Amino acid sequence: MRGTTKYGSCWKVAAQNRPPRSFYYSLSASTRKATALQDFSYAAATTIDEAVSLLSAGGDRARVLAGGTDIIVQLREGLRSADLVVDVKKIPELMALDFDPARGLLLGAAVPCYRLYDDERIAAAYPALVDSARIIGGWQIQGRASIGGNLCNSSPAADSIPSLIALGATCRIAGPAGTREVPVAEFCTAPGRNCLARGEFLVSLVLPAPRGGSAYLRFIPRNEMDIAVVGVGAWVELDPSGQKIADARIALAAVAPTPVVAAEAGKSLVGQPASEASFKAAGEAAKKVARPITDRRGPADYRTHLVGVLTQRVLATAVERAKSKK
Amino acid sequence: MAEHKTASPAKSDAAQSAGNGHAQTNGSTVAPPYRVIGTRPVRHDGADKVTGRAVYGADLQLPGMLYGAILRSPHAHARIKSIDTSAAEQMPGVLAVATARDLPNLKDKVANLGEGAVNLAHLGANVLAHDKALYKGHAVAAVAAVNIHVAEAALAKIRVDYEPLTAVTWVLDAMQPGAPILHPDLRTDELGEPGAGNTNISTHLHFEQGDPDKAFGQADVVIEREYRTATVHQGYIEPHVSTALWNNDGHLTIWTATQGSFTARQQTAELLQIPLSQVTVVPCEIGGGFGGKIPVYLEPVAALLSRKCGRPVKLIMNRADVFEGTGPTPGSFVRVKLGAKKDGRIVAAEAYLAYDAGAYPGGMIGPGCMCVFSCYDIPNARVDGYDVCLNKPKTAAYRAPGATQAAFACESVVDELAEKLGIDPIELRLKNAAKEGTRRVDGPVYDRVGLVETLEAARNTPHWKSKLEGKNRGRGIACGFWFNIGLKSSVSAHVNFDGTVTLLEGSTDIGGSRTSIAMQLAETLGIKAEEVIPRVVDTDSVGYTDVTGGSRVTFATGLAAYHAGLDIIAQMRQRAALVWECKVEEVEFDAGTFRHKKQSLTFRELAGKLHQTGGAIVGRASVDPEGATNGFAVQIADVEVDPDTGKTTILRWTIVQDAGRAIHPSYVEGQMQGGAVQGIGWALNEEYLYDDKSRMTNASYLDYRMPTALDLPMIETVIVEVPNPAHPYGVRGVGEVPICAPPATLANAIYRATGVRMRELPMSPPRVWAALAAKK
Repeated sequence: MRGTTKYGSCWKVAAQNRPPRSFYYSLSASTRKATALQDFSYAAATTIDEAVSLLSAGGDRARVLAGGTDIIVQLREGLRSADLVVDVKKIPELMALDFDPARGLLLGAAVPCYRLYDDERIAAAYPALVDSARIIGGWQIQGRASIGGNLCNSSPAADSIPSLIALGATCRIAGPAGTREVPVAEFCTAPGRNCLARGEFLVSLVLPAPRGGSAYLRFIPRNEMDIAVVGVGAWVELDPSGQKIADARIALAAVAPTPVVAAEAGKSLVGQPASEASFKAAGEAAKKVARPITDRRGPADYRTHLVGVLTQRVLATAVERAKSKK
Repeated sequence: MAEHKTASPAKSDAAQSAGNGHAQTNGSTVAPPYRVIGTRPVRHDGADKVTGRAVYGADLQLPGMLYGAILRSPHAHARIKSIDTSAAEQMPGVLAVATARDLPNLKDKVANLGEGAVNLAHLGANVLAHDKALYKGHAVAAVAAVNIHVAEAALAKIRVDYEPLTAVTWVLDAMQPGAPILHPDLRTDELGEPGAGNTNISTHLHFEQGDPDKAFGQADVVIEREYRTATVHQGYIEPHVSTALWNNDGHLTIWTATQGSFTARQQTAELLQIPLSQVTVVPCEIGGGFGGKIPVYLEPVAALLSRKCGRPVKLIMNRADVFEGTGPTPGSFVRVKLGAKKDGRIVAAEAYLAYDAGAYPGGMIGPGCMCVFSCYDIPNARVDGYDVCLNKPKTAAYRAPGATQAAFACESVVDELAEKLGIDPIELRLKNAAKEGTRRVDGPVYDRVGLVETLEAARNTPHWKSKLEGKNRGRGIACGFWFNIGLKSSVSAHVNFDGTVTLLEGSTDIGGSRTSIAMQLAETLGIKAEEVIPRVVDTDSVGYTDVTGGSRVTFATGLAAYHAGLDIIAQMRQRAALVWECKVEEVEFDAGTFRHKKQSLTFRELAGKLHQTGGAIVGRASVDPEGATNGFAVQIADVEVDPDTGKTTILRWTIVQDAGRAIHPSYVEGQMQGGAVQGIGWALNEEYLYDDKSRMTNASYLDYRMPTALDLPMIETVIVEVPNPAHPYGVRGVGEVPICAPPATLANAIYRATGVRMRELPMSPPRVWAALAAKK
């Protein structure tokens, strides 16, 4: 019988020690309430200060609009609600895209995804981020959706966040008390939640000067139009011989309440030969960080297994890219 | 005859295929010299569709129109203790609120809706829940307001007092003693006799021929296996939409997306207990149906709201409503047992099928039982089938309803049989193939059918002849069958003075039927396809026509068009006789030209003289052909399975199908490709997922994973033509049979790639991974 077969049970039965149900479902279709947008006010800020004051005044009932590919859908389906929507695309800092091979990348929070892969230098410098930018929605979505928005939506399955973490990105945040910086790895706090306080919003992302190679890989049952069952981003730097790994960072999506750093997996690679055996061992280490749940995107044991498979595969690609740069 | 192109990506391969993707078979290998049939004219509705000007239900705007919204049950099973709509009714901008209390008392009322008797109380309670909500998404109340925002806000003010009950969503669970009971008054129809006691089993069917027990005893090999399939949805792109205007004179007009304007009219009239003639149904363009747009959902509700406020009311579902509130196809449990001699002759068969009907009785178990062994000539067979109610939406038809689940089971066992006996899977099927004179287990004896020719054509395809190499790869093959029904169709056609003919028909066009019907009229009249102007009209403007379903329209409405054409020719000959001052019998007609001695007039020329010879000519016909046109398709798949993720990639796919006669080969190929793709989706990823409270968790196209263009190779097609003796042009239905074989085809291919037999659908990556892990 369906509910009691060995496999069938993983779709339905909650694993012990799993987080509360709302964990992944907070923005799920099963809580959908409506199909029509309810009324809200719209304001387009042109300066950071103006946006801060609008958001401070609006509090919980104010939402930021960049590309709108998440927030508009959520408002329409009743998954979030708002009295005020603040468009930030008219603020110059939010649309900045400044790359310098020596200093790194300044990526305005509202810059649409396509601008990353349209810029050959950025695409070559941060391939993991571009892997992500190419699979967030289709072309039309990528013409609007921003990496900053993907981060602020704070989905545990966000495709850009493991790449940002692996690449060592930092958030530049503006708020009533001025600006502050937070590593992307510390930005998300729960599904759909992050460290932004009342009146605060993301201005830009700062990536260090490019080194080594990077890649992002996700598993989806189809070849398009899916949310990651598991996503893995990796960055590696090779030693001067090009045969051993000097440094590595690995981050995972869709296996915990937030994207997570697989720190041990990264550390385990340092000093190791850039070989399938090392990648496989890193995959096993990464699996220990995974705390997935069973939901409509896949069973927990399968997700944990995929962390190993994808870590191994994504490391091979990242190393390949690091080698090709030498 | 023009050679049919296949949709093969490898054209050079296709050129070597059987009949170049078009196998001519039948004693007479030369097709009659058709001028229109078999060509590929541009579809009549093409320009409107590609420019976005075709009017779909959601495009409709009427003066003073209101927008409705429907409140749906959050519980999978609950008693409705009370509904308080007063706060919603008092909201500014709300003009009407409706609940089941507004429907007439339908207890013990039965209606014949063309496809058998329907319990109106069940139909009514499905449209608006009465005393119980039987599935999450069950409609409970409806509101009409000045705009959709107000309507949705008003829903939140309706107070429903539910008493939640234990729910059941898997068919075998629902059959157990002690299972939660959906309908206290339901008694099993046990082979015609009512059973005793509470149950969710509404019907037990039994078919038997020969002596299966004895035959199993004499078989050299017996294989028995169990199969499970998940609930899947048709996945039509256009959500349901209906607009109703209950006019002050009592006349009700409904604009809707439906597969059958006449059945929509009858269902609505019966549910509202008003005369048929008081309802006009105007069919809008339809964005897919696949069987799911035969039952009414919104039509009676929009009508109730309109009656209350006197204004037109439009109701549109969203995607979640469609998944949760309209009929998917049954989840199923099927056990199949086959016995064969060493030489491969199948001598005995037995099947047990339990299909879920959804919340109300009357699912797809009948056709499931009739189709399970329909591809084979098996003298000794027994089939038992059960129709089971449980807490899911009431099932609806889905492309060859009930046949795919059965074919998955039977064709998988046939594949195991071939392996065990060491016989090629096509040869084993050829040895046992149903042919003229074969008696199916449910009784009917086949007329001329084309399974043997289809299997032979499959064996001749470049795909089957090619070698498949590489790790983790495998090739599968399977057959499918669907009846293809006849039923009632009417058309009328008037000759315009410029030589064109306007064709009025009642078959809503979901698969290019306007053009395939118009082409048959054009062929009959000897004019061009473009000279026929087909129009799908409302229920007041054409004679009764059954649903667009059962792969019947090109066959039956095409037959009506043929007879209307003959009627026109007979009348035209009378006019020619007037012109030439001769007897009607002296006027000859051939290939679009009327002749008398040395005089001749083309159809167009004579049409130009109608004005002077008595005015317009109207031809008409109404037909009701009996029986089935019996379609078969064979499908071949090459797959590669990723052993680390369990993901199946389809490398190559070919479908070979008997179309009888392909009127418009592009549409036939499109049906073959579309059906194959739906079967592939069903096989690999599609399923309703439920949480621990029996609520669907994936009611969106994001998580209900139908295949996208990136998940499929180009589907190669080979049309076989074994003309149907019961149609003047040899037409068989083609729309449904292509969905039947893909799950078994894929299961057989995955087995050859991995060594693992998958016996549960979908064969999704986690499930294949788990099966591979279990094998290790």
